[in-house]
Amino acid sequence: MLKTITGAVVCATLAVAASAPAAAQDYKVGMLLPYSGVYAALGKDIDEGFVLALEEAGMADQVEIIREDTEVKPPVGLAKARKLVLEDQVDVLVGPVSSGVLGAVRDFVDQTKTPIIVANAGNDEATGENCTPYIVRVSFSNSQVNRPMGQWMYDQGIRKVYTMAPDYAAGRQQIGAFAEAFKAAGGEIVGQEFTPFRTTQDFGPYLSAAQATEPDAVYVFYAGSEAINFVKQYDAFGLNDTATLHGSGFINSPLYVDAQGPAAVGTVASLHYIPTLDTPENKTFVEAVQKRYERTPSEYTVQGYDAGRSFVEAIKSGATDKEAIAKALPTVEYVSPRGPVSIDPATNNIVQNMYIYETVEGDDGKLTQKLIGTVENVKDPVNGCEM
Amino acid sequence: MVTDWSYWAVQTLNGLQLSMLLFLLSVGLTVIFGLLHFVNLAHGALYGLGAYIGISAAAATGSYWAGFAAAPIVVALTGMLLYLGLMKRMRQAGPMNQVLVTLGLIFVFVDVFRLIWGDLAIGTAAPAIFSGRSDVFGVVYPTYRLFIIALGAIVMAALALVLSRTQLGAMIRAGVDNDQMAACLGVNVERIFFIVFCVGCALAGLAGAVAVPVFSAHPDMGTEILISTLIVVVVGGMGSLRGAVAGSFLVGFAQTFGAVLVPEVASLLIYALLAGVLVFRPTGLFPARA
Repeated sequence: MLKTITGAVVCATLAVAASAPAAAQDYKVGMLLPYSGVYAALGKDIDEGFVLALEEAGMADQVEIIREDTEVKPPVGLAKARKLVLEDQVDVLVGPVSSGVLGAVRDFVDQTKTPIIVANAGNDEATGENCTPYIVRVSFSNSQVNRPMGQWMYDQGIRKVYTMAPDYAAGRQQIGAFAEAFKAAGGEIVGQEFTPFRTTQDFGPYLSAAQATEPDAVYVFYAGSEAINFVKQYDAFGLNDTATLHGSGFINSPLYVDAQGPAAVGTVASLHYIPTLDTPENKTFVEAVQKRYERTPSEYTVQGYDAGRSFVEAIKSGATDKEAIAKALPTVEYVSPRGPVSIDPATNNIVQNMYIYETVEGDDGKLTQKLIGTVENVKDPVNGCEM
Repeated sequence: MVTDWSYWAVQTLNGLQLSMLLFLLSVGLTVIFGLLHFVNLAHGALYGLGAYIGISAAAATGSYWAGFAAAPIVVALTGMLLYLGLMKRMRQAGPMNQVLVTLGLIFVFVDVFRLIWGDLAIGTAAPAIFSGRSDVFGVVYPTYRLFIIALGAIVMAALALVLSRTQLGAMIRAGVDNDQMAACLGVNVERIFFIVFCVGCALAGLAGAVAVPVFSAHPDMGTEILISTLIVVVVGGMGSLRGAVAGSFLVGFAQTFGAVLVPEVASLLIYALLAGVLVFRPTGLFPARA
C-alpha cells in the first residue's frame, strides 16, 4: 500500500516536473526550413532573424521552436509539415525557403487550418490563385521584386534590354514580371535566355550571345552560386563596359557579394531590403544582428525577423490558438528594418518598399550597397486570389 | 542568327575552354579506369577539393599561384591516402562495390567541405596577369579563359609525349593492355598503378584550382561536374587518352553550341550524344582495348 502511494506521489511529481516547462512555453512554432543542402545558409539566416525577434520582444522563453529540415524537396517538406502539425501540434509554421515546398504544403495547411508565415518562398501563386487565409507572406513575391524595375529602368533612359534567368518557375516569374513592366513603359526586350537550372556553371556561350544583341542593359535573376559565377563571368567577358548589369537584388545578396569581388561593382538591382538603409529601425537591427551573430544581416535575416515580429504582434493582439493567429496575422502593421510593412488583406502578401541599389566599393574597400531609388508601398495585384 | 564571324570565333573559344577543363578532369578518371579497372566516382569530389584548396591557399598567401601549386599536391596526397587506405583493398571487389564505396566517399567529401568551408559558395580572383581581355586575331576574349585553353593543351601534349615516348609510358600502355603479361615481363604493375592514380588525382585537383576564378566553389560542385565527366569518359571510350581528348571536345562543343543554337534542348544534347555513341559504338569512340 505504502509502495503504491509512494509510487503515485513520485509519478505525480514527475508529471508536474515534466509539464512545468511546457506550461512556461505557451506557444509552439514549427520551423520548416532547409538546414542542409544548397539553401542551408538561407535557412540559417531566417532562423536567426526569427529568434532575434522573439528575444527582442522578451518572448523567447514562452515560445518553443521545433526545427525540421525540409532540404529543398517538396515531399520532404510536406512530411515534415505533417509531423510538426499532427505530432508536435505547433500553433504556427514558419518557412519555407523553396517555392516548391510551399506549393507542396499549401493544401495541408489549408485543410488543417494551420497558419504558415512564409519567410522566403516567392511563388506568385501562393498569394494569387492558390491563396488561402492560412498562408501569410512576409518575404516577397517574385513579381513584386522585379515589376518596379521595369518603369524605373525606362526612366533612366534604358531602351534595349536582354534578359537571363535559370529555367525554372521562379526564374520565369521574376523575368516575366520585369519584362511586362518594361515593355509597358515603352522599352524593348531584345533577347531572352533561360539557362538550365543548377547545371549551368559556364555562362560564356550565353554571355557571348547576349553581347551580340548590343543591349543597353542586361536584366537577370540569379541567386546563390549561380549569381557568383554569373557576375564574375559577365565582367570577364567585358559586358560591364557596354551594358550595365541589372536584376533582382538576389544577384548581389550580401551573402555572396564578397565572393564576386570587384566584378560586382556597378550592378544595379532592386530588393525589399539592403543592410545600408538609413533608418533608425534598420540601424538598431543591424547593430543587434552584429552583436548577437557577429555579421551583417541579409535579406533572409530580415525575412526571419519579420516572420518572428509578425508572430509576436499577432500574439500581443490577443491571439492564442491557430485560428486566432491566422486571423490576426494579416492585420499586423509596423515599421520593419526594411521600412513600413503591412499585409494586404486581399492576398495576404506583404506590402513593402522596393529599394533600388548600386553595388559600390565602400571606404574600407569592401563592397557595399548604395541606395539610388525607392519605390514605395509596392503591392501585388490580386492575381485571382479569392479568400 | 548572328552572321558576324567573330561571334562564332568567340563561341569556338568558349567550346575549347570548356573542353580543356573537361579534359583535365576526365583524363585522370579514364586512365585510372583503364589501368586499374577501378570506377572512382569520388573523382569529382577531388576536383571540389582542388577548388577549395586553391581558394584557401590563394587567400592565405595573396597569390593565385600558391593555390595553383598547392591544389594538385594536396589532392594527390589525399589520393595517395585514399588509395592506400581504401582503393587498394577495393581493387578486387568488383565494380558494384567500387561504385557504392566511392559514391559514399562523395557524401563524405561534401560534408567535409561543408564543415571546413561552410555552405556558402566562395570564389577567388584570376591572377593579375590573366585578368582582363585579350585580342586574338581581332577577337576579344577573357584572358584567363585563354590561359585555361593553353594549360589544357600543354597537359594534353605532355601526357601524349609521356605515354608514347617514354619507358614509363610504355609500361603504362602494357599495363592497360594486359596487366598480367606486363607483370610477367618484370613491370612493377602495382607501383605503376599507384603513380597513375596519384597523377590522375593531381590533375583533378589542378582542374579545380584552375576553375575557381571562373566558377565559384560550393560543396556540391564535384557532384555537379561528375555527370559531364562520366559522359566524356564513356563517349571517348573508357581507359584511353585519345578517348578522353575526343570525348572532351565532343561534349565541350556540344554543350557550347547547343546552348547557342538550340537552347531549349541544350541540356539534353550531351545525353543524346551519349546515347548515340553507345548505340553505334558501345565501347566508346577510342576504347583502350580493341
